[in-house]
Amino acid sequence: MSKFKKDAKRATPGISTASLPDIVFILLFFFMVATVIRSDDEKVKIERPEASELYRIEKKHLIRYVNIGVPMDSRYGTEPVMQLNDAFSTPAQIQDWIAKERLTLPEAEQSKMWVSLKVDKDTKMGIVTEVKQELRYASALKVLYSTAGRKRTGAE
Amino acid sequence: MARRALEEINAGSMADIAFLLLIFWLVTTTIDSDQGIKRQLPPPVPPNADVPQAREQNVFNVKVNFLNQLLVEGEPLDLEQLKNKAKNFLIATGDGIMSHPVGGVTVGVEREVIQVRSASGSLNAAFPERIWVRETEVKAKIAEYEAAVRSAGGAGADKAKPYEGALEMWREKLTTIELLGGDYKELPPSALISMQNDNNTTYDTYIQVQNELQTAVNELRDEVALAKFGETFTALEDRYDRNPDDAELLKKIIAVRTLYPQRISEAEPRQASGY
Repeated sequence: MSKFKKDAKRATPGISTASLPDIVFILLFFFMVATVIRSDDEKVKIERPEASELYRIEKKHLIRYVNIGVPMDSRYGTEPVMQLNDAFSTPAQIQDWIAKERLTLPEAEQSKMWVSLKVDKDTKMGIVTEVKQELRYASALKVLYSTAGRKRTGAE
Repeated sequence: MARRALEEINAGSMADIAFLLLIFWLVTTTIDSDQGIKRQLPPPVPPNADVPQAREQNVFNVKVNFLNQLLVEGEPLDLEQLKNKAKNFLIATGDGIMSHPVGGVTVGVEREVIQVRSASGSLNAAFPERIWVRETEVKAKIAEYEAAVRSAGGAGADKAKPYEGALEMWREKLTTIELLGGDYKELPPSALISMQNDNNTTYDTYIQVQNELQTAVNELRDEVALAKFGETFTALEDRYDRNPDDAELLKKIIAVRTLYPQRISEAEPRQASGY
């Protein structure tokens, strides 16, 4: 009889799943920390256009958002409107809004404020041009046209 | 009395609970990506101000109408062709540094300017003529302005401010010559790409046009940066964003920017430009 006869009765032990919850919790915490939760609701439907020459703003606290699109709630109409913070607004209110938002930044950074225009791709340029003119009068000249990413045309 | 051994609590379902939490989180959060096309709006023009007119040949006109059709330099054009046409405009007479492929054709280091008779009958070049920037001239200018700064009370003095600004500009030109390895041809200061849209142009078309124009500039910058520094311009800028103290990197970026300045401007809004 062989000394090294295999023990036929021995089965492979099951893999312990005790550490699985820990792994999943770490994942959960990672996502909780890494995601930025938008503070104000979007009240307008926005499907952003796509572009390839993107710039990413690293300092998020410098960004203020202007949303333009058709209201989510059709009771507010079907024409594109502008949303500042949490409320529908008219372009005439932009100068006051910019002045107020500037004051929320530390003095040294007030000139570095960005305005991110989130505009639905089917919007006509009329309202966008109006908003841009108001931004010029408010001296908020750094503008980002918020877009989704895509490849360059003609690139493989 | 026999003490009953404590039974171990089965922790197997913990994973399921955590998974549920994780999935709930993933579904409910929207990640805001703050990316897009950056633009610097021009400062407001005071009413009744005289807007200087650039020479016709120095402006690349892009107009978009209410049907989202393009009129480029007076001719209808497809969006796909816009990039090459814009590139052609920027390096029409060659940049003096290297040749670039533009839509199957190679634009040489130097090229003859094509003379075109304009509608008014005057003989015009169809493109802006790039002007040679020679090392000897730049050095002479730098010496001249340094002397001016000294005689105005030295660096930092109020009177010397305008000279210092000019000095800075000429020094950037010298940096460009040194880093790119020789004299180059610069775009005339009045050359620009101008875009005008109708109030009924859709935002998507507007962005696509802006994007194509930006691609034209970026591709030229990438080509020269890749040839001279072994890195695309985008990579250089990314690296600089992460460590803004790197002076060498900044010099490289300035050199490429001086050769291909970003001159995309928007015309003052005007009602309905039909064609």
